[in-house]
Amino acid sequence: MEGQKTAHYKHGTPFQKELKNWLAALPFLLPSIIVFTVFIFIPLIRSIVLSMYGTNPIGQMTSFVGLKYYQRLFTSDQFINSLTVTLKFVLYTVPGVILLGLILSTLGNIRLKGISVFRILFSLTIAISGATAALLFMFLYHPILGIFNYLLSLIGVSAIPWLIDPKWALIAVAIPRIWLGTGFATVLLLAGMQGIPEEYYEAAKIDGAGFWQGWRLITVPLLTPSLFFLLVVTTLNAFQTFTEVNVLTNGGPINSTEVMVQSIYRSFYFNGQYGYASAQALVLFVIIMALTIIQFGVLEKKVNYE
Amino acid sequence: MMKFLHFKNPIVKVLLYLLLIAGAVVMIFPLYTGVLTSFLGPETISSYPPKLFPVEFRWQNYIDASRQAPLLRFILNSFIQSGGVMIMQLITASLAAFAFAFLPFKGKNIAFLVFLSTMMIPWESTIIPNYLFIQKIGWTDTYQGLISPFMATAFGTFLLRQFFMSIPKDLYDAAKMDGCSNVRFLTSILLPLARPALGTLAVYSFLQTYNQYLWPLLITNSTNMRTVQIGITMLQVFEREQWQIVMAGVVTIMIPTLFLFFAANRQLIRGLTAGAIKG
Repeated sequence: MEGQKTAHYKHGTPFQKELKNWLAALPFLLPSIIVFTVFIFIPLIRSIVLSMYGTNPIGQMTSFVGLKYYQRLFTSDQFINSLTVTLKFVLYTVPGVILLGLILSTLGNIRLKGISVFRILFSLTIAISGATAALLFMFLYHPILGIFNYLLSLIGVSAIPWLIDPKWALIAVAIPRIWLGTGFATVLLLAGMQGIPEEYYEAAKIDGAGFWQGWRLITVPLLTPSLFFLLVVTTLNAFQTFTEVNVLTNGGPINSTEVMVQSIYRSFYFNGQYGYASAQALVLFVIIMALTIIQFGVLEKKVNYE
Repeated sequence: MMKFLHFKNPIVKVLLYLLLIAGAVVMIFPLYTGVLTSFLGPETISSYPPKLFPVEFRWQNYIDASRQAPLLRFILNSFIQSGGVMIMQLITASLAAFAFAFLPFKGKNIAFLVFLSTMMIPWESTIIPNYLFIQKIGWTDTYQGLISPFMATAFGTFLLRQFFMSIPKDLYDAAKMDGCSNVRFLTSILLPLARPALGTLAVYSFLQTYNQYLWPLLITNSTNMRTVQIGITMLQVFEREQWQIVMAGVVTIMIPTLFLFFAANRQLIRGLTAGAIKG
């Protein structure tokens, strides 16, 4: 009996074996899981709870209000405004980033002497932060000392009230973001282009295709996965914009640049509306989640060129 | 041999160079004007028209900038935060990546999905409870408050797992046969082999943290605990029309990131493009 039992134990039941494997893996996963639980999963749940409670000024939950904040969101001009401003910001920045990235990466992919210097210069903005970019542009936009209006005056265009006029402010906030994003886009697309074997182009050349045709018929189609990734990442980042807005305009003038995160920030940090701000944050969460799921869906199905 | 991406015609070449230069000018211009302005004297800067070419080299602006704001202290704070986050991410990600790449255990796919899901949750949607939590445990204005939320990384775990999976499993099996423990295999065999991947993650996470804005804005109040990105915008608020000093500050805090850009360009680009490669 005894011997049998030991032998049995030595090999282990399937369950015991699983348990052993599990216990071996757990210590390696635990550090990450703890951090994710404390700083992502629990806060997400607390966000949901918080969005249904009234709070006191230090953020403690006081009274259950149900879905009141959500109701308020979709009837509130402030929230509708922040949603519209964010969408506009996405529309201002994403096409610009992709277009400029495509142009610069195409140029950077041509084999010329000294091309690596240009590649470095094109990608320099990947090292630059949103806050410093915003400050660099703030000076360029300066009504009197600014170089932009000076350059415009040289070609006979009257001064633009960049950060002062509600009609221009969002564009002024979008430009540094396009500048920053273009560096990343160029790096990403250039990496994609360099992954295309030159034989593909050789084959096209034998078929009599010029550079332009080769670009249209070989480069761009084979670049679809990179372009799609870029589209998604740039869109997600644009939805989460905060830094440039906070530094350049703080949401003004007359809320014309109050993107969602700026609105969340103002609601809880300055107005102490923790519940209401959480409801806004969860709307942002749903938007991001939906975009991410679309990304995975499309990646699985559509963007397969092989 | 004729090559498709090569151009022989000299006129075409000149045109291409002109286009390349135009692109470079656009991408460099804001940085160029920033550096230029950081060297101008107060009179030059306020005289019309704005300067497009260097006319003055006033290093004094840099000294003034570091007098008006504790720039070095900001840089130190940012280095502690970014260095801390970087080290913690390297540790947690290599541990988890090892388990995902080498250890057999049930529920691996589910665990993997749990990691994956953290990348879908925007940081902004959890920031209010995190802010309240850090405040509650008294970690505002502390380095642990700046570092702790970012100690684990799903992205880094994937990056390292990808690399670990390229290492033959036989190596692991052989080490196990020789009685090598998991921890020893990881630290003395796997990690030395994975240096390129670790370098990529290190550069990437350092830069991301150094350039952070919203979190340090929320949880640092005292001037002494501010990180560079927050400190520099404060400098702008106080020195409203002293743009030469603001720009000297901006250039100063950019130096570490530009250094990283040039010294570790390959790692940085590998890190940034890693997400685009499916796997």
